[in-house]
Amino acid sequence: MSAQIKPVPSPQTDHIVETRGLEVRFPLPTHFLSREKPVLHALNTVDVAIRPGETFCVVGESGCGKTTLGRTIIGLQNPTAGEVYFNGQRIDQMDEATRKPIRRDMQMVFQNPYASLNPRRNVYDTLVEPIRHLMPEKSAAEQRETVEAVLAATGCDLSWQRRLPHEFSGGQRQRIAIARALVTNPAFIVADEPISALDVSIQAQILNLLTDLQAERGLTYLFITHDLSVVQHFGTRVAVMYLGQVMELAETATLFATPKHPYTRLLLDAIPKLEGGSFDKPRTPGELPDPVNLPKGCPFAPRCPLATDLCRAERPKLRVLPSTGTEVACHHTE
Amino acid sequence: MAMLEIDDLRVAFPRGKTEEIEALRGVSLRLEKGERLGVVGESGAGKSMLAFSILNLIAEPGRVSEGAVRFMGENLLDMSERQIRGIRGNRISMIFQDPMVTLNPVLTIGTQMIETLQAHRRISRREAHRLSVEKLKMVAIPSAETRMDAYPHELSGGLRQRVVIAIALLTDPELIIADEPTTALDVTIQAEIMALILKLCRENDVALILITHDLGVVAEVTQKLMIMYAGKCVEAGETRAIIDAPNHPYTAGLLKALPQNAEPGQKLYQIPGSMPPITNLPRGCPYHPRCSRASDECRAAMPEIIDGVACYHPLQSVEEIA
Repeated sequence: MSAQIKPVPSPQTDHIVETRGLEVRFPLPTHFLSREKPVLHALNTVDVAIRPGETFCVVGESGCGKTTLGRTIIGLQNPTAGEVYFNGQRIDQMDEATRKPIRRDMQMVFQNPYASLNPRRNVYDTLVEPIRHLMPEKSAAEQRETVEAVLAATGCDLSWQRRLPHEFSGGQRQRIAIARALVTNPAFIVADEPISALDVSIQAQILNLLTDLQAERGLTYLFITHDLSVVQHFGTRVAVMYLGQVMELAETATLFATPKHPYTRLLLDAIPKLEGGSFDKPRTPGELPDPVNLPKGCPFAPRCPLATDLCRAERPKLRVLPSTGTEVACHHTE
Repeated sequence: MAMLEIDDLRVAFPRGKTEEIEALRGVSLRLEKGERLGVVGESGAGKSMLAFSILNLIAEPGRVSEGAVRFMGENLLDMSERQIRGIRGNRISMIFQDPMVTLNPVLTIGTQMIETLQAHRRISRREAHRLSVEKLKMVAIPSAETRMDAYPHELSGGLRQRVVIAIALLTDPELIIADEPTTALDVTIQAEIMALILKLCRENDVALILITHDLGVVAEVTQKLMIMYAGKCVEAGETRAIIDAPNHPYTAGLLKALPQNAEPGQKLYQIPGSMPPITNLPRGCPYHPRCSRASDECRAAMPEIIDGVACYHPLQSVEEIA
């Protein structure tokens, strides 16, 4: 629907987004008497490569670093170490002036549409802001045209433009938030739990909208979620994260058919099933270790049924399993 | 006699000086001893309102305008505050969504447990301490004895919710009302907590009313199911039967819209529109603007609930909705 030229992936890479050895650490406040300098490890050497046109899902429990990964890729968070590439170009160290044209190609949809829309700004002002900021060459007429085209594409009514966010339901607000992400005609969208604040009957509407938009515009998604049934339906590939690390990365169908990492199995086993019966046996209490004082070896070792001394001593690296092509960070799985 | 019988329960809130708006518009249910019931609906459907009104906890200016809640034959709504305290937190316990809000952050777990017991039983502090540790062990809290001295912030979310469950079990209740007990928790912790609730209910013959929006959880844990929409019960019956063959178009739509019921990569079935707010309900069946089977009859009057379904055009199978 728009005549703009999409950036073509440069020949030296077939990935639209890539991270290499990405690390994010947050220094925590120190007690004035203490010599310790506590550091929270949000991301620990994360390497992901996202292919153009795919839906790359990141799943994990709260505190696993999935949101930090999305924010670092989009540039809302600076990495402590490591590199982020967009179409083969390194973007994490760019100065703002060089990076600005790239920002229009990478947009984000946030979890809570009640918090992500400015309550004092009407829908038109919310949608036109990114165009004014990132595409200053557009005339006022072109701005209006773009906003209206995007509203139509996301199933929003044109009459919404002069209304304020509080007049809309959660599902409608999320449509507006998606429209805002689309006005600069991006190639890549980070969607951070875009449906988890919505009611069940609305979730399907938003997922279908995202599917349609992907087909129409050739979008690439980084889809962050904790809900594995959504991943199974929606994802091309999926990365399972635990305490700032990727534990398993595979094609969605492969991951669900042959989960390799013990943590992935635990996650799959925790999905309530409509057939019932899987909650009949009691489960042992498990807990995420403190991300401030990470265990030396595998972060999952304290909960893992397969854990040995090797796991407690040495952190496993991602390796490719020849049988399924799955990448897995585990000493013991085959 | 059923353990809990709710008859045509209505809750109203004032709007302006003269008007009232009904948030719960006539809900009836029966629960036998040891039975587990799931109440499913979207936010604003009235499911929490139902839970609160059972224990006469509707906050001012709301009020129960009609109906009866009979627990072992006695109407809880007629009781004085003093009388109902003998039941609330004693014979009927509640578990709420967020354990960080339920627990008092400045008191140790032990203090809170002993206080609860002593409010309902004439027992010594020492005996209360012993019973509390016993319940903490029952919910599989590691090193229960030392946890008695811990403050809520020292525990993880999953352990906190376990403590809340232990407190709910302290007085050996006959009924537990759990309002979205795992919504604030992670997937693996949700599975642990729900498996625990299921086990405890089975072993101690405790009845459960589980309020949730997750049909999967309901399928795993409950025997009976009630689907709510806009302050009304639209479908009720055996959980298995409803999930396998829903009769109400809304229930069928909810089930069909689940990603696990769709082919991967295919578009999901979607219910158009959204639930109307209770302040602005359409005439007739509240679901008719979203329903593909709606007729003039549906637009004219709300159908009564007959054979567990409130619909003029009930479905025989899920395939019937386009």
